[in-house]
Amino acid sequence: MPYEAWKDNEYIESLVKELNDHGANIIVGSLDKLINWGRSNSLWPLTFATSCCGIEFVSLGAARFDMARFGWEVARSSPRQADFMMVAGTIVNRMVPVFRRLYDQLAEPKYVIACGSCAISGGPFRKSYHVAKGIEDIVPVDVFVPGCPPRPEAMIYGIMQLSRKIKVERFFGGVNRQEKQQEFLASHPVPGVDDTEINEK
Amino acid sequence: MANIQDKIANVFPQATFEQGETLLVNIPDAQWHQLAQTLRDDPELSFDYLVTIVGMDWKDKLGCVYYLISTKHNHMVSVKVTTANREKPMLHSIADLWGIAGIYEREVYDFFGIIFINNPDMRRLFLSIDWKGYPLRKDYDDSDPNLNPISIENERQDDNTYTWVEGANGSVQKKTVPVFKEDDFVINIGPQHPATHGVLRFRTAVDGETIKKIDVYMGYIHRGVEKLCEKLTYPQTLHFMDRLDYFSAHNYHHGLCLCIEKAAGIEATPRAQVIRVLMDELSRIASHCLFIGTYCMDLGATTMLFYTLRVREQILDIMERTCGARMTFNYDCIGGVMQDLDPNFVSDVKELLAVLPKNIKEYNKIFTGNVIAKNRLEQVGVLTREDAISWAVTGPSGRGSGWACDVRKTHPYSIYSQLDFEQVVRTEGDSMARFKVRMEEMEQSAHIIEQLIDNIPEGDICAKVPKVLKLPQGHWFQLVEGCRGAFGIYIESDGTTSPYRLKIVPPCLPLAAVVDHITRGGKIADLITIGGSLDYIVPDMDR
Repeated sequence: MPYEAWKDNEYIESLVKELNDHGANIIVGSLDKLINWGRSNSLWPLTFATSCCGIEFVSLGAARFDMARFGWEVARSSPRQADFMMVAGTIVNRMVPVFRRLYDQLAEPKYVIACGSCAISGGPFRKSYHVAKGIEDIVPVDVFVPGCPPRPEAMIYGIMQLSRKIKVERFFGGVNRQEKQQEFLASHPVPGVDDTEINEK
Repeated sequence: MANIQDKIANVFPQATFEQGETLLVNIPDAQWHQLAQTLRDDPELSFDYLVTIVGMDWKDKLGCVYYLISTKHNHMVSVKVTTANREKPMLHSIADLWGIAGIYEREVYDFFGIIFINNPDMRRLFLSIDWKGYPLRKDYDDSDPNLNPISIENERQDDNTYTWVEGANGSVQKKTVPVFKEDDFVINIGPQHPATHGVLRFRTAVDGETIKKIDVYMGYIHRGVEKLCEKLTYPQTLHFMDRLDYFSAHNYHHGLCLCIEKAAGIEATPRAQVIRVLMDELSRIASHCLFIGTYCMDLGATTMLFYTLRVREQILDIMERTCGARMTFNYDCIGGVMQDLDPNFVSDVKELLAVLPKNIKEYNKIFTGNVIAKNRLEQVGVLTREDAISWAVTGPSGRGSGWACDVRKTHPYSIYSQLDFEQVVRTEGDSMARFKVRMEEMEQSAHIIEQLIDNIPEGDICAKVPKVLKLPQGHWFQLVEGCRGAFGIYIESDGTTSPYRLKIVPPCLPLAAVVDHITRGGKIADLITIGGSLDYIVPDMDR
C-alpha cells in the first residue's frame, strides 16, 4: 500500500501521532511492527450477514473480486476464530442481543466494520419501529463503508483501511483497544451483568 | 364468477358480495369456518391454495381478507371477515384446513392482535414476546422510541404456546400448550449459522440424529416495511422491493408497479414492458446461479460457487450498465422504467446467451451427476403435491413437487401470454427435483430472452404519469412470479397519495414454514440439504 494512495486519512495520522508522542520503544516497537504486519495481512472475517450486503460479501469472496489475495479469505463461521466482523445488513431490535453476543464472543483484538447504510444509520429503514438506528450504539465501530449495498470494491477499500489501522496500532500493551472497550462497556451497562469484574481481569 | 357467487349465496344467505377485480365475499365470523370448508371441499369451487391472509385495520373494525385460488379451475376469490371488538378481537381459525394458514394467522396476530380461535399455536411471529402493542394497527405510535426500546439484554423466551379453544356454549378459553415435550432434546440452530441462509432460527427437537420437530423463529431481520410504506407516496414505496428478496429485485418491482398501474389505470409502454420482462428473466438466471453456487457450497462442493458466480457477475455487469447498480436497481417505475437501455445491452445479452448453455452443461457435469450429490439429494425431503399446495409452496420448490404453479402461466401478466416457454415441472418432490427445476428454468429464461432480444420495440420507456399520483378508493391484488415463487401485492387505498395498507405476500414465508413438515423424521444433516433446496431468503419472509 503506497502512502500516496491514501490521501484522506486524518484518523490514521492522528493514531500515528499519538504513538509517536508516547515514543516507540525500539525493541517492542519493532516487534509490534512485525506482529502487526502479520495481523493486518491475515484478517479473518466472521461470516455475518443479515441482508443484501451479505450477497456482495459473497461476491467479494468469489473469484472476480477475490479477497483471498489480501489474506482475508478464511471466513469463519464461529466468532471465536474470527478477527473482525463485517456487519453486512440491517440490525433489528430482535437481532441486537444476538449481535452484541457475537461481538462479545470475538477474541481480542477485535474489529468491526459497519458495512452499508443500514449498519451505519438504519438506512432506508431508519424510521421503522423495529430497526436499530446504526450499530454504533451497540458495539464500537472501526470502519464505516457507505453504500446500499457497497460495491465489493468499496468493501475491499474498507477492509484495507482496517488493515492500515492495525498496522499503526501498538500491539504490546494494546492500550488503545482495551481502553476503548472499557469506556464503551462503562457507557453501555448490561442490567444484571457486572462488567467491572471482566475488565479487571 | 357469477357461478361462484350463486353457489355461495345458496348455502350462506348471510354472505354479501362485492364485485371487483376478484369477487369479494363478506361473511360473518360465525360462518367463516364453514364457508372455508365449503370453498375448499366443493368440487366445483375447490379453492385449495390459500394465497395470503391480509390483516386489516379499518379503524372502526379489524379483520382479515383471505385470498384463495383454485389450482384445478384457476379461479380466484377473496373473503372478508371482520370484528368490531378492538380490545380483544377474535376470529375463527382455518389452520385445520390449510397447512399454511397457521403461520399466516400468527403473522396477523403479531401485527394486529387478532386472536384466532382454535389455532394451535398463537404466539408472536416476528416480534418478541415482550413487544408492546400491535405495530400495524393505525393507533400504534411508532415514533415513540421508549415504547419498545432497543435492548442488548437477551430476549425472554417462553417454552409454551397458547391456544384459544371454543367450548360448546360458545365461551372461549385460553389454554397453555408446551411447544416441546418434557423429555425432548432441543438444540438451537441459528440465527447466526452459515446453513440457515441468513438470520433464521430453528429450535430443533432431536432424537439422536433424527429430527422430531422444528420450531421456526423469524423476525431477526423484520424491518417493518409494510408500516413504512403507509407513510410514503406510491413511487417512494417502490425502492423497498429491491431490499426484500434482493435476487428478485426486478420481479418485485414489476409486481408493485403492475398493481399500482392497475389501480391508477396506467399502462406501461410496449418498450418498457419488453424491457421489464427481459430484466425479470435475467434476474431469474442470476438468482438461480447464486442458488446453485451457495447450495452446492452448503453441501461441501465449494468450487461450484466460483463457476456459477462467473455467469452471475456477467449478468450483474449487464444490469449495472443499464440500471447503474449491482443489486438494488430501483429500475422499474410506475408507467415504465427509469432509464433507457445501455447502447451495448443487446450485444452484451447475446454474449451471455452464447456462453450460458456451455455453463449449464458444465454445472451438470460437475455436480448433478455426481454420486455424492445424488446420495445427498435424491429422496431427501420429499414434499407431495397436496402438501405443496396446502402449504402454499410456490415457485421452483412447488414445481419440483409436481404443482404447475408458475404465475407467468396460470395468471399471465405483462407480455408473458405472448411468449413461448415451458413451465418446468418435475414430479419427484425431493431436493434433487427442486435443484433440477431451477437448472432447467435457467434454460427457459434464456429461451424467453432469445425471443425478445431482437424485438425490443422502439418508443418511450415510460408512459405519462401524473406528478402527484393518487389512487382511487378501493383495493387491488397482483401476483407475479418472483425467482422463488408467487409474490403478491395487496394495496388498499383511501384516495390519498400513500397507501392505506400495502401488504406484501412473500413467497419465502411458506418455504420456511414448511421446513418443519418436510424435515420431520429426517436426519439433522438433511436439514441443510432441505433448507438449501427450498432456497428461502430471510429478509423476504421477515419484511
